[in-house]
Amino acid sequence: MKILVCISKAPDTTAKIAFTDGDTKFDENGVQFIVNPYDEWYALVRGLELKEANGGSVTVLSVGRVDTDPIIRKALAIGADDAVRIDADTNDALYVAKQIANYAKENGYELVLCGKETIDYNGSQVAGMVAELMEVPYVSLTSKLDVAGSTATIERDVEGGVELIEANLPIVISSSKGMAEARIPNMRGIMAARSKPLTVVAPIEASNATSVKNFSLPAAKTGCKYVDADNVQELVNLLHNEAKAI
Amino acid sequence: MSVLIYADSNNGSLTKNALEAASYGAQVAQAKGGNAVAVVVGTANNIEQLGNYGVTKVLHVSDTTLDKFDPQKIAHVMATAAKQEGSETIIFAHDYSGKSIAPRLSAKLDAGLVTGAIALPNGNIIKKAVFSGKAFAEVEVNTSTQIISVLPNSVDKVETGGTAEVVALALELPSTGIKVKETKKESTELSLTEADIVVSAGRGLKGPENWGMVEDLAKELGAATACSRPVADIGWRPHHEHVGQTGIAIRPNLYFAIGISGAIQHLAGVNGSKVIVVINTDAEAPFFKAADYGIVGDAFEVVPKLLAAIKELKA
Ligand SMILES: Cc1cc2nc3c(=O)[nH]c(=O)nc-3n(C[C@H](O)[C@H](O)[C@H](O)COP(=O)(O)OP(=O)(O)OC[C@H]3O[C@@H](n4cnc5c(N)ncnc54)[C@H](O)[C@@H]3O)c2cc1C
Repeated sequence: MKILVCISKAPDTTAKIAFTDGDTKFDENGVQFIVNPYDEWYALVRGLELKEANGGSVTVLSVGRVDTDPIIRKALAIGADDAVRIDADTNDALYVAKQIANYAKENGYELVLCGKETIDYNGSQVAGMVAELMEVPYVSLTSKLDVAGSTATIERDVEGGVELIEANLPIVISSSKGMAEARIPNMRGIMAARSKPLTVVAPIEASNATSVKNFSLPAAKTGCKYVDADNVQELVNLLHNEAKAI
Repeated sequence: MSVLIYADSNNGSLTKNALEAASYGAQVAQAKGGNAVAVVVGTANNIEQLGNYGVTKVLHVSDTTLDKFDPQKIAHVMATAAKQEGSETIIFAHDYSGKSIAPRLSAKLDAGLVTGAIALPNGNIIKKAVFSGKAFAEVEVNTSTQIISVLPNSVDKVETGGTAEVVALALELPSTGIKVKETKKESTELSLTEADIVVSAGRGLKGPENWGMVEDLAKELGAATACSRPVADIGWRPHHEHVGQTGIAIRPNLYFAIGISGAIQHLAGVNGSKVIVVINTDAEAPFFKAADYGIVGDAFEVVPKLLAAIKELKA
Protein backbone atom coordinates (compact mmCIF):
# COMPACT_ATOMS: atom_id res chain seq x y z
CA MET A 1 0.00 0.00 0.00
CA LYS A 2 1.30 3.48 -0.90
CA ILE A 3 0.83 5.75 2.10
CA LEU A 4 1.22 9.51 2.03
CA VAL A 5 1.54 11.35 5.36
CA CYS A 6 1.06 15.11 5.20
CA ILE A 7 3.02 17.03 7.81
CA SER A 8 3.06 20.68 8.73
CA LYS A 9 5.58 22.82 10.55
CA ALA A 10 4.20 24.33 13.76
CA PRO A 11 5.61 26.43 16.60
CA ASP A 12 6.53 24.49 19.74
CA THR A 13 3.61 24.30 22.21
CA THR A 14 5.47 26.53 24.68
CA ALA A 15 6.45 29.15 22.06
CA LYS A 16 5.80 32.79 22.88
CA ILE A 17 3.00 34.03 20.65
CA ALA A 18 3.81 37.51 19.32
CA PHE A 19 3.40 39.35 16.04
CA THR A 20 5.44 41.74 13.85
CA ASP A 21 4.95 43.98 10.80
CA GLY A 22 2.01 45.82 12.31
CA ASP A 23 0.50 42.61 13.70
CA THR A 24 0.29 41.00 10.28
CA LYS A 25 2.96 38.31 10.74
CA PHE A 26 3.74 35.69 13.38
CA ASP A 27 7.02 36.64 15.09
CA GLU A 28 9.29 33.64 14.48
CA ASN A 29 12.16 35.20 16.42
CA GLY A 30 13.50 32.62 18.87
CA VAL A 31 10.65 30.22 18.12
CA GLN A 32 11.43 26.52 17.91
CA PHE A 33 9.49 24.72 15.17
CA ILE A 34 8.25 21.15 15.49
CA VAL A 35 6.30 18.66 13.41
CA ASN A 36 2.65 19.47 14.13
CA PRO A 37 1.87 17.03 17.00
CA TYR A 38 -1.19 15.34 15.42
CA ASP A 39 0.75 14.77 12.18
CA GLU A 40 3.73 13.26 13.99
CA TRP A 41 2.25 11.36 16.93
CA TYR A 42 -0.75 9.85 15.16
CA ALA A 43 -0.74 10.17 11.34
CA LEU A 44 2.92 9.32 10.80
CA VAL A 45 3.21 6.61 13.41
CA ARG A 46 0.00 4.86 12.34
CA GLY A 47 1.20 5.04 8.73
CA LEU A 48 4.45 3.35 9.76
CA GLU A 49 2.60 0.67 11.75
CA LEU A 50 0.36 -0.14 8.77
CA LYS A 51 3.39 -0.41 6.51
CA GLU A 52 5.13 -2.66 9.02
CA ALA A 53 2.06 -4.91 9.15
CA ASN A 54 1.01 -4.94 5.48
CA GLY A 55 4.06 -3.85 3.48
CA GLY A 56 4.20 -0.85 1.18
CA SER A 57 5.82 2.53 1.62
CA VAL A 58 5.40 5.72 3.64
CA THR A 59 6.15 9.06 1.99
CA VAL A 60 5.98 12.27 4.00
CA LEU A 61 4.86 15.39 2.20
CA SER A 62 5.04 18.97 3.36
CA VAL A 63 4.11 22.13 1.51
CA GLY A 64 6.59 24.81 2.52
CA ARG A 65 9.87 26.55 1.93
CA VAL A 66 13.38 25.31 2.69
CA ASP A 67 12.95 26.12 6.41
CA THR A 68 10.55 23.13 6.52
CA ASP A 69 13.39 20.65 5.84
CA PRO A 70 14.37 20.09 9.50
CA ILE A 71 10.89 18.84 10.42
CA ILE A 72 10.83 16.68 7.28
CA ARG A 73 14.15 15.13 8.37
CA LYS A 74 12.63 14.43 11.77
CA ALA A 75 9.77 12.52 10.12
CA LEU A 76 12.32 10.56 8.09
CA ALA A 77 14.23 9.81 11.31
CA ILE A 78 11.04 8.43 12.87
CA GLY A 79 10.84 6.02 9.95
CA ALA A 80 9.29 7.40 6.73
CA ASP A 81 10.93 6.01 3.57
CA ASP A 82 11.18 9.19 1.56
CA ALA A 83 9.93 12.76 1.49
CA VAL A 84 8.55 15.38 -0.83
CA ARG A 85 8.47 19.11 -0.27
CA ILE A 86 6.26 21.20 -2.51
CA ASP A 87 8.13 24.46 -2.63
CA ALA A 88 5.51 27.12 -1.88
CA ASP A 89 4.35 29.56 0.79
CA THR A 90 1.44 28.32 2.88
CA ASN A 91 -1.06 31.08 3.43
CA ASP A 92 -4.34 29.36 2.62
CA ALA A 93 -5.70 25.86 3.28
CA LEU A 94 -7.36 25.44 -0.13
CA TYR A 95 -4.10 26.38 -1.88
CA VAL A 96 -2.21 23.79 0.18
CA ALA A 97 -4.91 21.15 -0.39
CA LYS A 98 -4.72 21.64 -4.16
CA GLN A 99 -0.98 20.99 -4.06
CA ILE A 100 -1.35 17.83 -1.97
CA ALA A 101 -4.32 16.43 -3.93
CA ASN A 102 -2.54 16.93 -7.23
CA TYR A 103 0.57 15.14 -5.98
CA ALA A 104 -1.36 12.30 -4.34
CA LYS A 105 -3.46 11.67 -7.45
CA GLU A 106 -0.54 11.79 -9.88
CA ASN A 107 1.45 9.36 -7.79
CA GLY A 108 -1.35 6.94 -6.96
CA TYR A 109 -1.40 7.11 -3.16
CA GLU A 110 -4.11 4.92 -1.62
CA LEU A 111 -4.03 6.19 1.93
CA VAL A 112 -3.50 9.87 2.74
CA LEU A 113 -3.02 10.58 6.45
CA CYS A 114 -3.18 14.08 7.94
CA GLY A 115 -3.39 15.40 11.52
CA LYS A 116 -6.79 16.62 12.74
CA GLU A 117 -5.63 20.24 12.74
CA THR A 118 -2.46 22.29 13.07
CA ILE A 119 -1.78 23.91 16.42
CA ASP A 120 -1.10 27.32 14.84
CA TYR A 121 -4.04 28.08 12.55
CA ASN A 122 -6.33 25.39 13.98
CA GLY A 123 -8.06 25.13 10.61
CA SER A 124 -9.11 21.47 10.41
CA GLN A 125 -9.49 22.11 6.70
CA VAL A 126 -6.77 20.65 4.50
CA ALA A 127 -7.58 16.93 4.79
CA GLY A 128 -11.27 17.30 3.89
CA MET A 129 -10.41 19.54 0.95
CA VAL A 130 -7.84 17.02 -0.33
CA ALA A 131 -10.48 14.28 -0.20
CA GLU A 132 -13.00 16.32 -2.18
CA LEU A 133 -10.38 17.25 -4.78
CA MET A 134 -9.40 13.57 -5.09
CA GLU A 135 -13.11 12.59 -5.10
CA VAL A 136 -12.56 9.98 -2.39
CA PRO A 137 -14.03 9.41 1.09
CA TYR A 138 -12.81 11.42 4.05
CA VAL A 139 -13.02 10.52 7.71
CA SER A 140 -12.18 13.29 10.15
CA LEU A 141 -11.06 12.92 13.77
CA THR A 142 -10.13 9.28 13.39
CA SER A 143 -9.09 7.57 16.63
CA LYS A 144 -8.56 4.03 15.23
CA LEU A 145 -7.60 2.87 11.75
CA ASP A 146 -7.04 -0.57 10.26
CA VAL A 147 -6.66 -1.56 6.63
CA ALA A 148 -7.24 -5.00 5.11
CA GLY A 149 -6.99 -5.31 1.33
CA SER A 150 -8.80 -2.30 -0.10
CA THR A 151 -11.05 -1.72 2.93
CA ALA A 152 -10.37 0.57 5.86
CA THR A 153 -12.05 0.03 9.24
CA ILE A 154 -12.25 3.22 11.21
CA GLU A 155 -13.37 4.60 14.54
CA ARG A 156 -14.14 8.26 14.54
CA ASP A 157 -14.82 10.55 17.50
CA VAL A 158 -18.23 12.19 17.55
CA GLU A 159 -20.03 14.15 20.28
CA GLY A 160 -20.02 11.89 23.33
CA GLY A 161 -19.10 8.67 21.54
CA VAL A 162 -17.62 6.96 18.50
CA GLU A 163 -18.76 6.06 15.01
CA LEU A 164 -17.63 2.75 13.46
CA ILE A 165 -17.01 3.18 9.76
CA GLU A 166 -16.04 1.01 6.82
CA ALA A 167 -14.67 2.69 3.71
CA ASN A 168 -12.95 1.85 0.44
CA LEU A 169 -9.46 2.97 -0.46
CA PRO A 170 -8.25 5.40 -1.61
CA ILE A 171 -9.21 7.46 1.39
CA VAL A 172 -8.11 10.57 3.28
CA ILE A 173 -7.99 10.42 7.09
CA SER A 174 -7.50 13.14 9.69
CA SER A 175 -5.89 11.67 12.79
CA SER A 176 -6.55 12.36 16.45
CA LYS A 177 -5.60 10.88 19.77
CA GLY A 178 -5.84 7.12 20.16
CA MET A 179 -4.67 6.16 16.68
CA ALA A 180 -1.07 5.42 17.72
CA GLU A 181 1.54 6.05 20.40
CA ALA A 182 4.20 8.67 19.64
CA ARG A 183 7.64 7.30 18.69
CA ILE A 184 10.96 8.89 19.55
CA PRO A 185 13.58 8.69 16.78
CA ASN A 186 16.70 6.73 17.72
CA MET A 187 20.31 7.43 16.67
CA ARG A 188 20.13 4.96 13.80
CA GLY A 189 16.99 6.61 12.49
CA ILE A 190 18.54 10.06 12.71
CA MET A 191 21.65 8.90 10.80
CA ALA A 192 19.57 7.12 8.17
CA ALA A 193 17.35 10.17 7.69
CA ARG A 194 20.31 12.16 6.35
CA SER A 195 20.58 9.98 3.27
CA LYS A 196 16.89 9.30 2.60
CA PRO A 197 15.55 11.04 -0.51
CA LEU A 198 13.87 14.44 -0.07
CA THR A 199 12.52 15.58 -3.42
CA VAL A 200 11.61 19.22 -3.93
CA VAL A 201 8.86 19.81 -6.49
CA ALA A 202 7.38 23.00 -7.90
CA PRO A 203 3.79 23.92 -6.94
CA ILE A 204 0.92 23.90 -9.40
CA GLU A 205 -0.82 27.16 -10.25
CA ALA A 206 -3.49 28.08 -7.68
CA SER A 207 -4.66 31.18 -5.85
CA ASN A 208 -5.28 31.89 -2.17
CA ALA A 209 -8.97 31.69 -1.27
CA THR A 210 -8.34 33.41 2.06
CA SER A 211 -5.70 35.69 3.57
CA VAL A 212 -4.95 36.74 7.13
CA LYS A 213 -5.34 40.50 7.55
CA ASN A 214 -4.07 40.86 11.11
CA PHE A 215 -3.50 39.17 14.47
CA SER A 216 -4.29 40.24 18.01
CA LEU A 217 -3.82 38.91 21.52
CA PRO A 218 -6.67 38.35 23.96
CA ALA A 219 -7.07 40.88 26.75
CA ALA A 220 -5.25 39.70 29.86
CA LYS A 221 -7.40 38.57 32.78
CA THR A 222 -7.81 41.46 35.19
CA GLY A 223 -6.79 39.34 38.13
CA CYS A 224 -8.03 36.47 40.20
CA LYS A 225 -10.44 37.06 43.07
CA TYR A 226 -9.39 34.79 45.91
CA VAL A 227 -11.87 33.18 48.27
CA ASP A 228 -10.79 31.60 51.53
CA ALA A 229 -10.88 27.78 51.59
CA ASP A 230 -12.98 27.98 54.77
CA ASN A 231 -15.54 30.20 53.12
CA VAL A 232 -16.65 28.20 50.07
CA GLN A 233 -20.15 29.66 50.43
CA GLU A 234 -18.67 33.00 49.32
CA LEU A 235 -17.50 31.46 46.02
CA VAL A 236 -21.01 30.22 45.32
CA ASN A 237 -22.41 33.69 46.08
CA LEU A 238 -19.91 35.30 43.69
CA LEU A 239 -20.62 32.81 40.92
CA HIS A 240 -24.34 33.32 41.37
CA ASN A 241 -24.61 37.06 41.94
CA GLU A 242 -21.51 38.58 40.38
CA ALA A 243 -20.52 36.27 37.52
CA LYS A 244 -24.11 35.06 37.01
CA ALA A 245 -22.61 31.77 35.90
CA ILE A 246 -24.67 29.42 38.10
CA MET B 1 -29.29 36.92 -1.73
CA SER B 2 -29.73 34.23 0.87
CA VAL B 3 -27.46 32.78 3.53
CA LEU B 4 -27.44 28.99 3.67
CA ILE B 5 -27.01 27.16 6.99
CA TYR B 6 -26.31 23.50 7.65
CA ALA B 7 -28.33 22.50 10.72
CA ASP B 8 -27.07 19.22 12.14
CA SER B 9 -29.22 16.79 14.07
CA ASN B 10 -28.43 14.01 16.48
CA ASN B 11 -30.89 11.10 16.92
CA GLY B 12 -33.60 13.16 15.23
CA SER B 13 -33.15 16.36 17.26
CA LEU B 14 -31.41 19.52 16.14
CA THR B 15 -28.22 20.13 18.11
CA LYS B 16 -27.47 23.21 20.18
CA ASN B 17 -24.65 23.96 17.73
CA ALA B 18 -27.18 23.85 14.88
CA LEU B 19 -29.32 26.50 16.57
CA GLU B 20 -26.23 28.67 17.13
CA ALA B 21 -25.23 28.32 13.48
CA ALA B 22 -28.80 29.19 12.44
CA SER B 23 -28.85 32.30 14.59
CA TYR B 24 -25.42 33.35 13.30
CA GLY B 25 -26.54 32.81 9.70
CA ALA B 26 -29.75 34.75 10.26
CA GLN B 27 -27.78 37.71 11.64
CA VAL B 28 -25.46 37.63 8.62
CA ALA B 29 -28.50 37.49 6.32
CA GLN B 30 -30.09 40.44 8.08
CA ALA B 31 -26.89 42.50 7.74
CA LYS B 32 -26.79 41.71 4.01
CA GLY B 33 -30.50 42.22 3.48
CA GLY B 34 -31.25 38.61 2.56
CA ASN B 35 -33.00 35.52 3.89
CA ALA B 36 -31.64 32.75 6.07
CA VAL B 37 -32.28 29.28 4.64
CA ALA B 38 -31.39 26.17 6.63
CA VAL B 39 -30.73 22.67 5.34
CA VAL B 40 -31.66 19.64 7.46
CA VAL B 41 -30.92 16.09 6.30
CA GLY B 42 -32.33 12.73 7.33
CA THR B 43 -34.88 12.04 10.02
CA ALA B 44 -35.32 15.14 12.19
CA ASN B 45 -38.17 16.38 14.35
CA ASN B 46 -39.37 19.84 15.23
CA ILE B 47 -37.28 21.53 12.57
CA GLU B 48 -39.73 24.45 12.36
CA GLN B 49 -38.11 25.72 15.58
CA LEU B 50 -35.30 27.09 13.37
CA GLY B 51 -37.75 29.91 12.64
CA ASN B 52 -37.34 31.09 16.20
CA TYR B 53 -33.66 31.76 15.43
CA GLY B 54 -34.32 33.85 12.34
CA VAL B 55 -34.47 31.19 9.62
CA THR B 56 -37.31 31.78 7.15
CA LYS B 57 -37.09 28.59 5.11
CA VAL B 58 -35.93 25.07 5.95
CA LEU B 59 -34.98 22.73 3.12
CA HIS B 60 -35.48 19.20 4.37
CA VAL B 61 -33.84 16.29 2.56
CA SER B 62 -35.69 13.50 4.30
CA ASP B 63 -33.91 10.63 2.50
CA THR B 64 -33.18 8.22 5.36
CA THR B 65 -29.90 7.06 3.85
CA LEU B 66 -28.66 10.37 5.27
CA ASP B 67 -29.35 9.12 8.80
CA LYS B 68 -25.93 7.50 8.43
CA PHE B 69 -23.51 10.40 8.45
CA ASP B 70 -21.74 10.80 5.10
CA PRO B 71 -20.00 14.15 4.59
CA GLN B 72 -19.53 13.50 0.87
CA LYS B 73 -23.29 13.20 0.36
CA ILE B 74 -24.07 16.17 2.59
CA ALA B 75 -21.51 18.34 0.77
CA HIS B 76 -23.38 17.44 -2.42
CA VAL B 77 -26.70 18.44 -0.81
CA MET B 78 -25.24 21.75 0.36
CA ALA B 79 -23.76 22.53 -3.07
CA THR B 80 -27.11 21.79 -4.73
CA ALA B 81 -29.03 23.91 -2.21
CA ALA B 82 -26.53 26.79 -2.49
CA LYS B 83 -27.01 26.82 -6.25
CA GLN B 84 -30.80 26.65 -6.00
CA GLU B 85 -30.96 29.45 -3.43
CA GLY B 86 -28.18 31.56 -4.97
CA SER B 87 -26.35 31.58 -1.64
CA GLU B 88 -22.95 33.21 -1.48
CA THR B 89 -22.53 32.72 2.26
CA ILE B 90 -22.72 29.26 3.80
CA ILE B 91 -22.62 28.60 7.54
CA PHE B 92 -21.70 25.50 9.55
CA ALA B 93 -20.96 24.83 13.21
CA HIS B 94 -17.28 24.08 13.84
CA ASP B 95 -18.07 20.72 15.44
CA TYR B 96 -17.62 17.06 14.54
CA SER B 97 -20.04 17.33 11.62
CA GLY B 98 -19.02 20.75 10.36
CA LYS B 99 -15.34 19.79 10.38
CA SER B 100 -16.16 16.89 8.06
CA ILE B 101 -18.43 18.69 5.61
CA ALA B 102 -17.27 22.32 5.33
CA PRO B 103 -13.78 21.57 3.91
CA ARG B 104 -15.29 19.27 1.28
CA LEU B 105 -17.79 21.94 0.27
CA SER B 106 -15.04 24.57 0.13
CA ALA B 107 -13.05 22.46 -2.36
CA LYS B 108 -16.19 21.58 -4.31
CA LEU B 109 -17.25 25.21 -4.77
CA ASP B 110 -13.70 26.60 -4.84
CA ALA B 111 -14.84 28.92 -2.05
CA GLY B 112 -12.74 30.32 0.80
CA LEU B 113 -13.41 28.74 4.20
CA VAL B 114 -12.86 30.26 7.63
CA THR B 115 -13.26 27.72 10.44
CA GLY B 116 -13.97 28.48 14.08
CA ALA B 117 -15.39 32.00 13.71
CA ILE B 118 -15.95 33.74 17.05
CA ALA B 119 -17.79 36.84 15.83
CA LEU B 120 -20.10 37.98 13.06
CA PRO B 121 -18.27 38.83 9.83
CA ASN B 122 -17.29 42.35 8.99
CA GLY B 123 -17.88 42.29 5.23
CA ASN B 124 -15.55 39.55 3.98
CA ILE B 125 -13.43 39.61 7.13
CA ILE B 126 -14.00 37.01 9.83
CA LYS B 127 -12.42 36.80 13.28
CA LYS B 128 -11.26 33.45 14.62
CA ALA B 129 -9.10 32.09 17.41
CA VAL B 130 -5.64 30.86 16.36
CA PHE B 131 -2.60 29.36 18.12
CA SER B 132 -4.98 27.19 20.14
CA GLY B 133 -6.76 30.16 21.64
CA LYS B 134 -3.61 32.11 22.47
CA ALA B 135 -4.38 34.73 19.77
CA PHE B 136 -6.99 35.90 17.28
CA ALA B 137 -6.74 36.44 13.53
CA GLU B 138 -8.91 38.41 11.13
CA VAL B 139 -9.15 36.45 7.91
CA GLU B 140 -10.37 37.83 4.61
CA VAL B 141 -12.17 35.61 2.11
CA ASN B 142 -11.06 36.38 -1.45
CA THR B 143 -13.66 34.33 -3.33
CA SER B 144 -17.22 35.41 -4.15
CA THR B 145 -18.68 32.56 -2.12
CA GLN B 146 -17.64 32.39 1.53
CA ILE B 147 -18.00 29.48 3.93
CA ILE B 148 -17.84 30.09 7.67
CA SER B 149 -17.94 27.60 10.52
CA VAL B 150 -18.87 28.99 13.91
CA LEU B 151 -17.04 27.94 17.08
CA PRO B 152 -19.57 26.47 19.56
CA ASN B 153 -20.46 28.64 22.56
CA SER B 154 -18.95 31.78 21.05
CA VAL B 155 -21.87 33.64 19.51
CA ASP B 156 -25.11 34.37 21.36
CA LYS B 157 -28.27 32.81 19.97
CA VAL B 158 -30.87 35.47 19.24
CA GLU B 159 -34.49 34.30 19.50
CA THR B 160 -36.67 36.17 17.04
CA GLY B 161 -40.02 34.48 17.64
CA GLY B 162 -40.29 33.98 13.87
CA THR B 163 -41.56 30.97 11.98
CA ALA B 164 -39.98 28.98 9.19
CA GLU B 165 -41.59 27.32 6.22
CA VAL B 166 -40.41 23.72 5.75
CA VAL B 167 -39.91 22.69 2.12
CA ALA B 168 -38.93 19.19 0.99
CA LEU B 169 -35.81 19.05 -1.14
CA ALA B 170 -35.52 15.93 -3.27
CA LEU B 171 -32.30 15.18 -5.06
CA GLU B 172 -30.23 12.28 -6.22
CA LEU B 173 -27.40 11.44 -3.88
CA PRO B 174 -24.02 10.36 -5.20
CA SER B 175 -22.81 6.88 -4.30
CA THR B 176 -19.77 7.00 -2.05
CA GLY B 177 -17.33 4.41 -0.75
CA ILE B 178 -18.13 4.89 2.90
CA LYS B 179 -20.52 3.31 5.36
CA VAL B 180 -21.22 4.04 9.02
CA LYS B 181 -21.72 0.58 10.57
CA GLU B 182 -22.62 1.69 14.04
CA THR B 183 -22.65 4.70 16.33
CA LYS B 184 -21.79 4.10 19.96
CA LYS B 185 -22.95 6.96 22.11
CA GLU B 186 -23.22 7.34 25.80
CA SER B 187 -26.28 9.48 25.29
CA THR B 188 -26.75 10.22 28.98
CA GLU B 189 -23.53 12.18 28.88
CA LEU B 190 -23.65 15.88 28.15
CA SER B 191 -21.33 16.68 25.26
CA LEU B 192 -18.23 18.55 26.29
CA THR B 193 -18.14 21.17 23.54
CA GLU B 194 -21.81 22.07 23.98
CA ALA B 195 -21.86 22.25 27.78
CA ASP B 196 -22.35 25.63 29.46
CA ILE B 197 -20.49 24.47 32.55
CA VAL B 198 -17.52 22.11 32.65
CA VAL B 199 -16.01 20.57 35.78
CA SER B 200 -12.45 19.47 35.07
CA ALA B 201 -9.87 17.79 37.25
CA GLY B 202 -6.20 16.89 37.01
CA ARG B 203 -3.45 14.84 38.55
CA GLY B 204 -4.04 16.60 41.85
CA LEU B 205 -6.92 14.19 42.48
CA LYS B 206 -4.42 11.37 42.96
CA GLY B 207 -6.44 8.50 41.44
CA PRO B 208 -9.54 7.55 39.43
CA GLU B 209 -11.35 6.43 42.59
CA ASN B 210 -11.55 10.08 43.66
CA TRP B 211 -13.63 11.27 40.70
CA GLY B 212 -16.94 10.65 42.47
CA MET B 213 -17.02 14.17 43.92
CA VAL B 214 -16.20 15.65 40.49
CA GLU B 215 -19.07 13.75 38.90
CA ASP B 216 -21.42 14.72 41.72
CA LEU B 217 -20.54 18.38 41.35
CA ALA B 218 -21.01 18.16 37.57
CA LYS B 219 -24.36 16.46 37.99
CA GLU B 220 -25.60 19.07 40.44
CA LEU B 221 -24.60 21.86 38.01
CA GLY B 222 -25.82 20.11 34.84
CA ALA B 223 -22.20 20.24 33.72
CA ALA B 224 -19.95 18.04 31.59
CA THR B 225 -16.75 16.55 33.03
CA ALA B 226 -13.27 16.99 31.58
CA CYS B 227 -9.67 16.27 32.57
CA SER B 228 -6.05 17.18 31.92
CA ARG B 229 -3.94 15.19 29.49
CA PRO B 230 -1.90 13.08 31.94
CA VAL B 231 -5.13 11.97 33.59
CA ALA B 232 -6.41 10.61 30.27
CA ASP B 233 -3.00 9.20 29.35
CA ILE B 234 -2.74 7.12 32.52
CA GLY B 235 -6.29 5.94 31.93
CA TRP B 236 -7.95 7.51 34.98
CA ARG B 237 -10.51 9.08 32.64
CA PRO B 238 -11.57 8.40 29.01
CA HIS B 239 -9.61 10.09 26.22
CA HIS B 240 -12.62 12.08 25.01
CA GLU B 241 -12.49 14.09 28.27
CA HIS B 242 -8.95 15.35 27.58
CA VAL B 243 -9.02 19.10 27.01
CA GLY B 244 -6.17 21.35 25.93
CA GLN B 245 -3.97 22.11 23.01
CA THR B 246 -3.72 18.46 21.98
CA GLY B 247 -7.17 17.49 23.21
CA ILE B 248 -10.52 19.17 22.79
CA ALA B 249 -10.78 22.96 22.85
CA ILE B 250 -13.78 24.20 24.78
CA ARG B 251 -15.22 27.59 25.72
CA PRO B 252 -17.97 27.09 28.27
CA ASN B 253 -19.51 29.85 30.33
CA LEU B 254 -17.95 28.44 33.47
CA TYR B 255 -14.89 26.19 33.85
CA PHE B 256 -13.84 24.60 37.15
CA ALA B 257 -10.18 23.50 37.24
CA ILE B 258 -9.61 21.21 40.21
CA GLY B 259 -6.08 20.00 40.93
CA ILE B 260 -4.81 21.12 37.52
CA SER B 261 -1.55 23.08 37.44
CA GLY B 262 -2.43 25.21 34.40
CA ALA B 263 0.36 24.29 31.99
CA ILE B 264 0.39 26.40 28.84
CA GLN B 265 -0.86 23.45 26.75
CA HIS B 266 -3.82 22.93 29.06
CA LEU B 267 -4.71 26.63 29.17
CA ALA B 268 -4.65 26.77 25.37
CA GLY B 269 -7.73 24.57 25.17
CA VAL B 270 -9.78 26.25 27.88
CA ASN B 271 -8.83 29.93 27.99
CA GLY B 272 -11.83 30.88 25.88
CA SER B 273 -14.05 30.01 28.88
CA LYS B 274 -15.94 33.07 30.13
CA VAL B 275 -15.41 32.42 33.85
CA ILE B 276 -12.62 30.24 35.25
CA VAL B 277 -12.56 28.92 38.82
CA VAL B 278 -9.33 27.34 40.08
CA ILE B 279 -9.02 25.10 43.13
CA ASN B 280 -5.43 24.14 43.90
CA THR B 281 -3.28 23.53 47.00
CA ASP B 282 -0.39 25.41 45.46
CA ALA B 283 -0.81 29.19 45.60
CA GLU B 284 1.90 29.44 42.91
CA ALA B 285 0.08 27.20 40.41
CA PRO B 286 0.14 29.02 37.04
CA PHE B 287 -3.60 28.44 36.59
CA PHE B 288 -4.39 31.23 39.08
CA LYS B 289 -3.01 33.76 36.56
CA ALA B 290 -5.75 32.72 34.12
CA ALA B 291 -8.47 32.47 36.77
CA ASP B 292 -11.35 34.76 37.63
CA TYR B 293 -11.96 33.11 41.01
CA GLY B 294 -9.55 31.03 43.01
CA ILE B 295 -9.40 28.97 46.17
CA VAL B 296 -6.00 27.96 47.50
CA GLY B 297 -6.91 24.73 49.24
CA ASP B 298 -7.22 20.98 49.22
CA ALA B 299 -9.72 19.72 46.66
CA PHE B 300 -10.74 16.89 48.98
CA GLU B 301 -11.99 19.46 51.49
CA VAL B 302 -13.12 22.25 49.16
CA VAL B 303 -15.11 20.27 46.56
CA PRO B 304 -17.50 18.54 49.03
CA LYS B 305 -18.17 21.93 50.67
CA LEU B 306 -18.73 23.48 47.26
CA LEU B 307 -21.19 20.74 46.36
CA ALA B 308 -23.11 21.29 49.59
CA ALA B 309 -23.25 25.06 49.05
CA ILE B 310 -24.49 24.66 45.48
CA LYS B 311 -27.14 22.16 46.58
CA GLU B 312 -28.30 24.74 49.11
CA LEU B 313 -28.44 27.45 46.44
CA LYS B 314 -30.49 25.24 44.13
CA ALA B 315 -32.85 24.17 46.89
C1 LIG C 1 3.31 18.91 23.20
C2 LIG C 1 2.52 18.88 24.46
C3 LIG C 1 1.12 18.95 24.40
C4 LIG C 1 0.36 18.92 25.57
N1 LIG C 1 -0.99 19.01 25.48
C5 LIG C 1 -1.74 19.03 26.63
C6 LIG C 1 -3.17 19.16 26.57
O1 LIG C 1 -3.78 19.20 25.50
N2 LIG C 1 -3.86 19.19 27.73
C7 LIG C 1 -3.25 19.11 28.97
O2 LIG C 1 -3.95 19.14 29.99
N3 LIG C 1 -1.91 18.98 29.03
C8 LIG C 1 -1.15 18.93 27.90
N4 LIG C 1 0.21 18.77 28.00
C9 LIG C 1 0.78 18.48 29.33
C10 LIG C 1 1.00 19.72 30.17
O3 LIG C 1 2.26 20.27 29.87
C11 LIG C 1 0.95 19.36 31.66
O4 LIG C 1 1.93 18.38 31.93
C12 LIG C 1 -0.40 18.84 32.16
O5 LIG C 1 -1.45 19.71 31.76
C13 LIG C 1 -0.39 18.72 33.66
O6 LIG C 1 -1.56 18.08 34.10
P1 LIG C 1 -2.11 18.33 35.58
O7 LIG C 1 -2.27 19.78 35.80
O8 LIG C 1 -3.29 17.45 35.77
O9 LIG C 1 -0.95 17.70 36.48
P2 LIG C 1 0.20 18.41 37.32
O10 LIG C 1 0.97 19.35 36.52
O11 LIG C 1 0.88 17.30 38.02
O12 LIG C 1 -0.60 19.28 38.36
C14 LIG C 1 -1.34 18.80 39.43
C15 LIG C 1 -1.82 20.00 40.22
O13 LIG C 1 -2.68 19.56 41.25
C16 LIG C 1 -2.39 20.32 42.41
N5 LIG C 1 -2.81 19.50 43.57
C17 LIG C 1 -2.18 18.43 44.12
N6 LIG C 1 -2.91 17.94 45.12
C18 LIG C 1 -4.02 18.69 45.23
C19 LIG C 1 -5.13 18.68 46.09
N7 LIG C 1 -5.30 17.75 47.06
N8 LIG C 1 -6.09 19.61 45.92
C20 LIG C 1 -5.96 20.56 44.94
N9 LIG C 1 -4.92 20.61 44.10
C21 LIG C 1 -3.97 19.68 44.25
C22 LIG C 1 -0.92 20.59 42.36
O14 LIG C 1 -0.60 21.74 43.11
C23 LIG C 1 -0.71 20.80 40.86
O15 LIG C 1 -0.87 22.17 40.51
C24 LIG C 1 1.00 18.81 26.84
C25 LIG C 1 2.39 18.75 26.90
C26 LIG C 1 3.14 18.79 25.73
C27 LIG C 1 4.64 18.74 25.84
